[in-house]
Amino acid sequence: MSTAGSRESGVGSRAAPSATPDSRLPGPPAAGTLTLRNVTRRFGEHVAVDDVSLQVRPGELLALVGASGSGKTTTLRMAAGYETPDAGSITLAGADGTTRDITRVPPERRGFGMVFQHYALFPHMSVEENVAFGLEARGVGRAERLTRARDALRTVGLGGAGPRPVQSLSGGEQQRVALARAVVIEPRVLLLDEPLSNLDPALRLATRDELRAMLRRLHVTALFVTHDQEDAFAIADRVALLRRGRLLQVGTPEDLYDRPTSRPVAEFIGRAALVAAEDRGTHATVTLGGVARDVRVTRPDGAGATIPRALAVLRPEALTLSPHDGREQPGAWPGAVTARRFAGAATVYHVDVGGPGGVHLEIATVERGAREGDRVWLRVVREPVALVAADEPGAADARGDGRA
Amino acid sequence: MTEHAAATEKPGSARYLALGREARDRRAVDVRLLAVPVVLFLLWTVVYPNVAVVLGSFAEGLGLWRAFAASPADREALRTSLVVSVASVVAATLIGVPLAFLLTRFEFRGRRLLAAVATLPAALPPLVGVVAFLFLYGESGVVTRAVQHVLGLSRAPWTLSGVWAIVFVHAYTMYVYVYLFVGAGLERFDTTLDEAAAGLGAGRWRRLRRVTLPLLIPALAGAMLLVFMSSLASFSAPYVFGGGVRVLATQIVNSKLNGAMGMAYVETTVLALSAVAALFLFRWLERRRQYAVTGKGRATRVVMRSPAARVLAPLAALLLVLALVLPHLMVLLVSFARDGAWTTQVLPPEYTLDNFRRLATQPQLWRPVRNSVLMTLAATAANVVVCFVAAYLVVLRRFPGRRLLQFLVALPWAIPATAIAIGLAATFNRNDPLTGRVLLVGTFWILPLAYFIRGVPVVASAVESSLRQMDPAVEDAARGLGASWVLTMRRVVLPAARPGLVAGATLAAVTAVGEFVASVVLYTHANRPISVEILAQLRSLAFGTAAAYSVLLIGLVLVITLVARWIDVRAPRSAAAAADARTIG
Repeated sequence: MSTAGSRESGVGSRAAPSATPDSRLPGPPAAGTLTLRNVTRRFGEHVAVDDVSLQVRPGELLALVGASGSGKTTTLRMAAGYETPDAGSITLAGADGTTRDITRVPPERRGFGMVFQHYALFPHMSVEENVAFGLEARGVGRAERLTRARDALRTVGLGGAGPRPVQSLSGGEQQRVALARAVVIEPRVLLLDEPLSNLDPALRLATRDELRAMLRRLHVTALFVTHDQEDAFAIADRVALLRRGRLLQVGTPEDLYDRPTSRPVAEFIGRAALVAAEDRGTHATVTLGGVARDVRVTRPDGAGATIPRALAVLRPEALTLSPHDGREQPGAWPGAVTARRFAGAATVYHVDVGGPGGVHLEIATVERGAREGDRVWLRVVREPVALVAADEPGAADARGDGRA
Repeated sequence: MTEHAAATEKPGSARYLALGREARDRRAVDVRLLAVPVVLFLLWTVVYPNVAVVLGSFAEGLGLWRAFAASPADREALRTSLVVSVASVVAATLIGVPLAFLLTRFEFRGRRLLAAVATLPAALPPLVGVVAFLFLYGESGVVTRAVQHVLGLSRAPWTLSGVWAIVFVHAYTMYVYVYLFVGAGLERFDTTLDEAAAGLGAGRWRRLRRVTLPLLIPALAGAMLLVFMSSLASFSAPYVFGGGVRVLATQIVNSKLNGAMGMAYVETTVLALSAVAALFLFRWLERRRQYAVTGKGRATRVVMRSPAARVLAPLAALLLVLALVLPHLMVLLVSFARDGAWTTQVLPPEYTLDNFRRLATQPQLWRPVRNSVLMTLAATAANVVVCFVAAYLVVLRRFPGRRLLQFLVALPWAIPATAIAIGLAATFNRNDPLTGRVLLVGTFWILPLAYFIRGVPVVASAVESSLRQMDPAVEDAARGLGASWVLTMRRVVLPAARPGLVAGATLAAVTAVGEFVASVVLYTHANRPISVEILAQLRSLAFGTAAAYSVLLIGLVLVITLVARWIDVRAPRSAAAAADARTIG
């Protein structure tokens, strides 16, 4: 597990080139580190990947997350060698401290393993022939490669399925064959394109856990792409968030959740309401429904002493409510419950603050008593609250909650 | 059984609807009213003649068959037919596969031009193609003479005759099937499979050998079957270029001309059996390798990088384009040549518009054109009506005899045109109501009938394909809303079938207007079509006139395709096409 204790955040801003914290690490990269440096890819006028820098450390599971069109798949394909960057470089650190530039090395010579979104299993070969294909390409003899293929199939829980045609397997089983095929060649880096997207929902959760366990067990360095932030959080050690080709932030799931460095990150990760706040240094003043309250805040590194136009990221579990009995409550805002949903461990309330047309907040709390129409007091129970700039590079689309 | 099965299927599924319909159809009268006449008609026109031929071959017990086996000429004909067909398959594959790869996988200057021209040979009516080859590569052909002059030879450097000549002509026209089928397979090819193989370390040749080619086998097998069947049935090339070489198709016509009908029947049966055997063999091979490929690979073309390739590829493309276009140009050129003036020169020396003028003004010369057009119209009209009904019954209805109908509409495809012609000659040569025979031989109508039979599988399969894209529930919805059966057919089913109907009818009409193989067996002087007239003109060495007819024929083909396109454009878009337009736009 990578022990990067320092908070890392790469911010893409219009003025400065995207910060590349990964390449700011001191010393030569450890053997097996894959580094993408200032990688750019254009398709005609459209810039699919814009000056992205990333480092995947040996044994680490890094997720590339973003909406469709964010450039995550193109980035993965450049890492694999199916696309060539128009600018920037891709390097792999060797065991002897040297770094090899693999930017223009074709896929068949990179020694990476790739698991495709639709598995790309060869339909005219049996399961074990599929898995053995990479070994066949490396000149391994027939008996040995079939043995190793069968071992790999056992590792993914498909021992005995070898002679079967691939069409006879279910979707989940085909995915495991694709995985076995990629790992049997002992790849330097494993690349996965949307590994869970094609599975039906019932299978996804179980596969998610299995996949992480399997990858940890194999001690393989892995870079994978997903549009689902929850999957990324469940599987990866670190998460890189891309949007419209730019890298917004890289960090552990906790980093992205608790300390988003920009508005798009806060909107994409988890659920949150972003409300206007006045940054006063260690705290900020949030005025809702005419009532101003102070909250303790953290702000992104490199954002300066105060952010001129700031938004406070209010996550549902950071807020709670209590009945409004008419008296003034310090540190709380007044509101009215518009919807209630009992979800077992917590109850989710939708609260309007400042009358109709005011701010609409989502709260998840163990308090169950309030009902629709009740007037309540809202307060923050988890501080510090993250503060981000309201302005961001490119068009700002206002989204109420964080789900992209 | 069907009622129970219907009860266990999910309501609303296509199979549920079909099962319910089957139960209804068993009781329905209208389906049988429709099905019985169509089945009987097809049995009468398609199966009966062939049965007559087979029976005729056994008219003297096994005597005629023994004579066939004992005759060196016949044995040679069979052997040569098979050899020519296999060689044609090999030649067409050797040309078509690399061409398909070249044009789908690479980008180079001249690619678009080559791609546009690559299917040109298939647009030539077969006899016209043969004639063009005569003008180009025959003993007094342009290319032959040019090479002779350039190399200073005293005689022609080659004679276009014999097995190799036939295979040469076949390869020129039939590589198109291989190119189209393999090209389509490559376009649909899931490129993520290729990427996966590359990522696993496989180099270009290994990927080709272990991934790409094996997955192209179904497409390739289909094309190879088509080439084999076409070669087996081919008559024009062996007739003109065979030299002394015999194939079954020409042997059959010889026997008929000599009055040896019994032998003709045996030879016809052998030819038909060979075709059917090949059909079963290929289908069996194809069936073992059906893979559903479902990936979303993007096929991108590789730009040629090496300087040698960047020069050679456009050059090769240019040469190929020239070779492909030359026959058409040649025919056009010679059509303006004065008859009789072209003797030993490389190119015809005198040019005139006379050939066309005479064609248009002299009734004797205009007659074949009128005949071909009328006969084509009659045959295609019959095709449209009968095949629409047949396809509708096969796709949308369930009734006892459905499989028989499906078999009947596909059968003529397996039978060489010569065999069809002989069958008609054997059956419809007298009026005998008791055995269901009508005298058609020697009348105008025998040829439209032959064209009709040849067109049945083409039109029927095209309409079937269109109807399969229609949701069968739509018909039920119309009936449920109170529409009569006629209204439903006119406003719901016919529009859905229209694309296939137009495409199939176009192909059938194009084939009929230039049809030669059956015509040469069954024609009379009164109803002689254009193709037979071309042959007659060639025999009289009136090359200019023959070429003028060929140009006219090509013009007719063009008119037919334009009319088809005009019909297509006017038609309201089908639901599927409209949906496509919405998602793409």
